[in-house]
Amino acid sequence: MIWRRLLAALPSVAGIIVVTFVLTRALPGDPAAYFAGPAASREAVEEIRAKLGLDRSLSEQFLLYLGDLARGDLGTSLTTGQPVLSDLEVRLPASLELTMAALAFAIAVALPLGILAARHPGSWIDHLTRLIITAGVSLPVFFTGLILVYIFYYLLGWVPAPLGRLDAFSAPPPPVTRFFLIDSLLAGDIALFRAALAQLALPALTLGLFALAPIARMTRASMLGILSSDFIRTARTAGLAPRTVLVTYALRNALLPVVTLLGMVFSFLLGANVVVEKVFAWPGIGSYALEALIASNYAPVQGFVLMMALLYVGLNLLIDILYSLIDARMRIEA
Amino acid sequence: MKNLKGLLAAVALVLVTAPTATAQSRNETLIVVVESGPNTMDIHGLGANRPSYQASWNIYDRLLTYGVKSLPDGTRSYDHSSLKPELAESWELAPDGMSVTFKLRRDAKFHDDTPVTAKDVKWSLDRAVSIGGFPTFQMKAGSLEKREQFEVVDDYTFRVNFIRKDKLTLPDLAVPVAIVINSTLAKKQATADDPWAAEWLKRNEAGSGAYRLEAWKPGEQTIYVRNDQWKSGPLPKIRRVIVREVPSAGNRRALLERGDADLSLDLLPKDVSEIERAGKLNVVSSPIENAHVYLGMNVKTPPFDNVKVRRAIAFAIPYEQILVTAVHGRGTMLYGNPIASNTFGYDSRLVPFRADRLRAKQLLVEAGYPNGFSTTFSFDEGQATVNEPMALLVQEALGIIGIKTTIEKIPGANWRAALLKKNMPLYINVFGGWLNYPEYLFFWNFHGQNAVFNTMSYKNPTMDRIIEAARFEQDPKKYAEYVRALVLLSVSDVPRVPIYQPLLDVTMQKNIKGYQYWFHRYLDYRQLEKSDASSVAQNQKS
Repeated sequence: MIWRRLLAALPSVAGIIVVTFVLTRALPGDPAAYFAGPAASREAVEEIRAKLGLDRSLSEQFLLYLGDLARGDLGTSLTTGQPVLSDLEVRLPASLELTMAALAFAIAVALPLGILAARHPGSWIDHLTRLIITAGVSLPVFFTGLILVYIFYYLLGWVPAPLGRLDAFSAPPPPVTRFFLIDSLLAGDIALFRAALAQLALPALTLGLFALAPIARMTRASMLGILSSDFIRTARTAGLAPRTVLVTYALRNALLPVVTLLGMVFSFLLGANVVVEKVFAWPGIGSYALEALIASNYAPVQGFVLMMALLYVGLNLLIDILYSLIDARMRIEA
Repeated sequence: MKNLKGLLAAVALVLVTAPTATAQSRNETLIVVVESGPNTMDIHGLGANRPSYQASWNIYDRLLTYGVKSLPDGTRSYDHSSLKPELAESWELAPDGMSVTFKLRRDAKFHDDTPVTAKDVKWSLDRAVSIGGFPTFQMKAGSLEKREQFEVVDDYTFRVNFIRKDKLTLPDLAVPVAIVINSTLAKKQATADDPWAAEWLKRNEAGSGAYRLEAWKPGEQTIYVRNDQWKSGPLPKIRRVIVREVPSAGNRRALLERGDADLSLDLLPKDVSEIERAGKLNVVSSPIENAHVYLGMNVKTPPFDNVKVRRAIAFAIPYEQILVTAVHGRGTMLYGNPIASNTFGYDSRLVPFRADRLRAKQLLVEAGYPNGFSTTFSFDEGQATVNEPMALLVQEALGIIGIKTTIEKIPGANWRAALLKKNMPLYINVFGGWLNYPEYLFFWNFHGQNAVFNTMSYKNPTMDRIIEAARFEQDPKKYAEYVRALVLLSVSDVPRVPIYQPLLDVTMQKNIKGYQYWFHRYLDYRQLEKSDASSVAQNQKS
């Protein structure tokens, strides 16, 4: 089943390669003029265009690009001066660590909130949930981020400076997974783990607040539907413990749409990262791609989109597997 | 739920107890926060951005550097009129004035301990004049154009032969691009396709400067460590410099105010004036030499081909309002005068234009546009914090005399391409020259050679003639007359209206001393000092 799904993803990946290639070329900027420097004459710009290979025809450029891709070469970023692949290698874990921490926080808060709200509709906890949902949806991420920095860093001084993954004096742990929280524990460096966690807390909270709303709302709605269904009524009348009814029967069935949503929220967060990354100087892929886009720097943009596409394919696969674990019917159909 | 509570408590505990166990190393380390960092370690490289000037300036030495002077307000600046030795111990002009011979210091070593010799100097200058792009262009400004000009006499003697007498030749050897590279090391990395080792020097340094590159993560931070073997000047005080990239301007300010960073070069004008009033941090503001923010007009396209229209616009600009509202007072008004306040030839009595609505309207009528006209008005969105309020003020003022403008914001990355096309009718732009000579400004901005900085496509044979004459004039009195003539001609033709001279604002902790302004506007770590951190601690508490 896994192989079939992976094969089915191939055409969409191919399509993405073509579309990003064409779209980046359609951007209004002129990379040659940008990189020729402040004093460049028109001839100098043309010289640089030739150096970058941008004077060739589009189809020729595309074939060259495909050749490079086949060799695993994503090109070189002109804004960082590094190969795109090594840039992504360093930056993707930063984004993933942030996103996963944010998602973990969001799930930890949203699931209980949603369940309790559904269990006691109209109660204070239901209203609280509604308030949090509304706030989470309506407050822009950059605003929450700046406010949190202002309160917890500037006024209270509880969290370290918003300087990215580590403060200026700590060196990153030896890279194994490139997740600083995991690597620092692997290296047995508790102080570093704390430092990394302290840096991560505020950005993860910012992003998590944003992700919390849809998850809580979906959990509540889905639980409400299930709790009023026949089999729950049967279970209750059969005298099963309320906890068993709620967790084993209701929650398990209510989780299906939530898991689907989680997949969407996760991929969405990876994109929404860019604002949080800017506010917290977080060296992730979102700000990387954005800067490249602004400079009409083709290679990193293409590399970024391609990587995201592959990531989504993997994520969808993962969600399908989760589905079959939660819902036995899926296994039978497959 | 219990687990969750425990987790939250643990997180809170970590957060409260984590900060700063590192006060020791802080005293010897300077933390600089910037909006963006270098994209290459090679200032000659393709697409080297401005922050890379700072890296190159501190990592590499040049033959010459500039002296220091104290300004009337107590701040310090480089002195463009005095050249000082760096890698060259002494130098001597030939009797015919057509070459200069440098004696190199014998104790200078590159960071890998190879001695610095004349062949390294030649290789590096050869590279600058032949690699193309910006470095080659900048070398040309000092009549340094051909490899044959550079001659190795012996290991420690080096000669530059002139192709013409140009007073900018020696000053041009002290600008950031005139670096001396370890040629032995670089040549090992050169290939047939890449004879100048551009690929390798992009990511690695091969310098002899006062600081070595310790670590560089593009987009995150650059760490420099002092080169204790450095002999080209007094040993710097700061041992380590961490330049951290913080994209959000508000956070850069917060970091300084909380004492977590020592210095920033790029805060917003509004923040700087607030910080200055609060008085907790030091702000050093230097008028940027040979620089002005201007309103440009494309003289090739009607109606801006009509000098009366251009004069009308110059009289319509609300100069004082721009200074107060858009720039927050952080600049010197120029009122159309192209010469900045600290450049030769500046005359504070010369106020070519003032906001005068009636005069502007009358000129517009005389030009044959009694009912005004419509046009587009462009600016660089990358500089929107200043450009946007300024554009709105100008738009409003032009509206009053009947000129309707549609504002077009151009993204920062596309701005250069837009300037190169030279087809924007009306726009805001800025020019800043490294070499502080008026004719240098005129040569790039008003000469009919139509360099990219002549954004107006302005061409006047009289102007060209005076510029050429001023460039090579030896007699100071005649030179001053030429400069005056250039100013007056540019004001009467008014292809652009210089509005104000911007300030370079550097904000730092009170225990940071020795900051010095440089024409390239970036930090030189060598002059900075940091006294003990007690005052920082006080800052944090208050």
